[in-house]
Amino acid sequence: MSTNIKKLTLGGCCVIALSLGIANAVEAGSNYGHKYGFGTPASAADISKIDIDVMPDGRGAPPGQGTYAEGKKVYAATCAACHGADMAKPVKGTGAAPLRGGRGTLTSGKPKKTVESYWPYASTLFDYTKRAMPFYEPGSMNDNDIYAVVAYILAEGGIISKDTVMNAKTLANVKMPNRNGFISDPRPDIFLYD
Amino acid sequence: MSKNTDLDGYDAKTRRMMKGMAAAENRALAARAEEECECKEGMFPSIGRRGFLAAAGAAGAAALVTRGANAAAPPGAMDYPVQKDPTSEQGRLTSADGGYGSRSQFESEVRWRFPTATKESSWTMVPLDKSQGIITPSGLHFERHHGGIPNIDPAKHTLIVHGMVNQARKYTMADLMRFPSISRQHFIECSGNGLTEWKKPYLKTVQGTHGLTSTSEWTGVPLSTILREVGVKDGAGWILAEGGDAAVMTRSVPLDKCWSDAMLAYAQNGEALRPEQGHPLRLLLPGYEGNTHIKWLRRIEVSDKPFMSREETSKYTDLLNGGKARQFSFTMEAKSVITYPSGEMKLPGAGFYELTGLAWSGRGKVRRVDISTDGGASWGLAQLQTPIQSICHTRFRFPWHWDGKPAILQSRCQDETGYTQPTIKQLVAVRGLDGHAKFGSIYHLNGIQSWGVDSDGSVKNVHKY
Ligand code: HEC
Repeated sequence: MSTNIKKLTLGGCCVIALSLGIANAVEAGSNYGHKYGFGTPASAADISKIDIDVMPDGRGAPPGQGTYAEGKKVYAATCAACHGADMAKPVKGTGAAPLRGGRGTLTSGKPKKTVESYWPYASTLFDYTKRAMPFYEPGSMNDNDIYAVVAYILAEGGIISKDTVMNAKTLANVKMPNRNGFISDPRPDIFLYD
Repeated sequence: MSKNTDLDGYDAKTRRMMKGMAAAENRALAARAEEECECKEGMFPSIGRRGFLAAAGAAGAAALVTRGANAAAPPGAMDYPVQKDPTSEQGRLTSADGGYGSRSQFESEVRWRFPTATKESSWTMVPLDKSQGIITPSGLHFERHHGGIPNIDPAKHTLIVHGMVNQARKYTMADLMRFPSISRQHFIECSGNGLTEWKKPYLKTVQGTHGLTSTSEWTGVPLSTILREVGVKDGAGWILAEGGDAAVMTRSVPLDKCWSDAMLAYAQNGEALRPEQGHPLRLLLPGYEGNTHIKWLRRIEVSDKPFMSREETSKYTDLLNGGKARQFSFTMEAKSVITYPSGEMKLPGAGFYELTGLAWSGRGKVRRVDISTDGGASWGLAQLQTPIQSICHTRFRFPWHWDGKPAILQSRCQDETGYTQPTIKQLVAVRGLDGHAKFGSIYHLNGIQSWGVDSDGSVKNVHKY
């Protein structure tokens, strides 16, 4: 291309420029759709620094463990100020949600959705606490403390026994009361014709 | 309309939320009343304070001029001296704005915040009553944050794509911008838009009833390009998209959506994303509920199963009559609303009005919009502003001669799949609010909106099926 341009004479200018345009169009098309290779390989260390999610089957759950007794202390120190001493009544003005209670209310006409009554998986409690709680210091808790507070919340909700030690394995085994409460979205659910 | 009896059947949290929204709307209305003339002519979409000034004659103009010069400028505007006669002296200096312009100090519409307990987890509504065309100004785009608005240096931001891929990769913003880009105009609507309106007309203005939808031109890299680069492994079916904010917001998205029209957007309306919209990078999933368009995107993990994050289990699920909840209700279905005239406006008298509003569908293009001025007894076709774009606000207009008698204005849209916007009553019949407090969901309301026009010209939010 550049050699062509160098050879341009004033008289041939328009004709050659036109043919250059067409050549470029063809080239543009063929230059898309390849592998571009931008970016760099992500190292295991890059990934593990931010790969914090925990899935229902326990994938992603970190090593560590916690007990009800430890969780009780963690809860009192890091959660109760907002979620309330008994977990059922959050402290006014904090925006926090009740974590316990409401079981059996989903069909009552006055549904009370809490971790205990509504959440289908215990993994979500670990995952969410780790990423977003406590509200003003997210990401500040160590995994043992998170396992412990999960054990405490679930036991207070009557979902597991107080002597269940929470870890990657027991977390995946928790059967939440509303485990089968979710269905696929069938919408559109209303059909109107002219 | 905000009497407590209207709130029977909503759960306690929703009741609190609705009361708070009504209070916020009232504050916004009170502030407006102060600033605008008593006849509410300022509510006309084409007549802002400047327009009114021109119409008000010399005495009125003088009063406003003094105020304009002394009052602090509205958000997004600068307070410049107001000239007595701009034709008799030079205007302000070129580039006195430092190189980035601002709106006129006579334009004051703002989004208002729903008064949640914290200002970190909260949302704001778009002043749709003043909206023109289809694009939402970037500074007025609705917001929903769960952990405040992070301030991220794009030079340090990275996106990591990993999981069931052949090679996990890390992208800087500069890397992402080297890929071939696309620009598309799409709406984003929060699935909580209209959550107060299920049972009774509750909020007064279209900003309150419909202000959680916005359209922008988005520019970025098709997610499919990045998926090809990393190579997706057999058996994969979902991704997790994760934000770099204090909520570390996460949603699972079906892989098929990622291969079709999903975009990693870094620009909005011709410039970098606004911080409230995810600067420097957000996921854009055309037609999906707003919460899935993860802002401040830092990580994508490819997986075989959904991750069951808090926002797709505890929240954004639709509990139905009978106790089961619909999950992964992604698509925002066809919806429309008349923005002019709308709640709290006042028509100055019988005569010609051009009704106008917005229609949109998460399933494609708007095919048509019908208008009724008699509460649904008869319908007429509205004109659609072209070009009509897929999964994008579409502006409609309808000429109306008001005879000065009470009227009920409604719009009903149909999208290119043939789906027609239902009434709120039809939605309630299917989803389970049966009038006896069997109520579980506040999301995904796309019913027909009704505005009642009284013989004195005042316009109110009403329910009419
Ligand atoms: C400073 C107040 C505060 C503290 C302390 C706090 N939270 Fe929260 N919590 C909140 C707020 C606010 C929300 C709602 C966030 C939102 O709007 O997205 C919330 C939400 C939650 C939820 C989700 C509830 C639902 O139904 O979706 C869980 C679970 C939770 N917190 C657990 C905890 C745990 C466990 C702790 C202690 C380790 C804790 N929180 C500490 C304020 C707090």
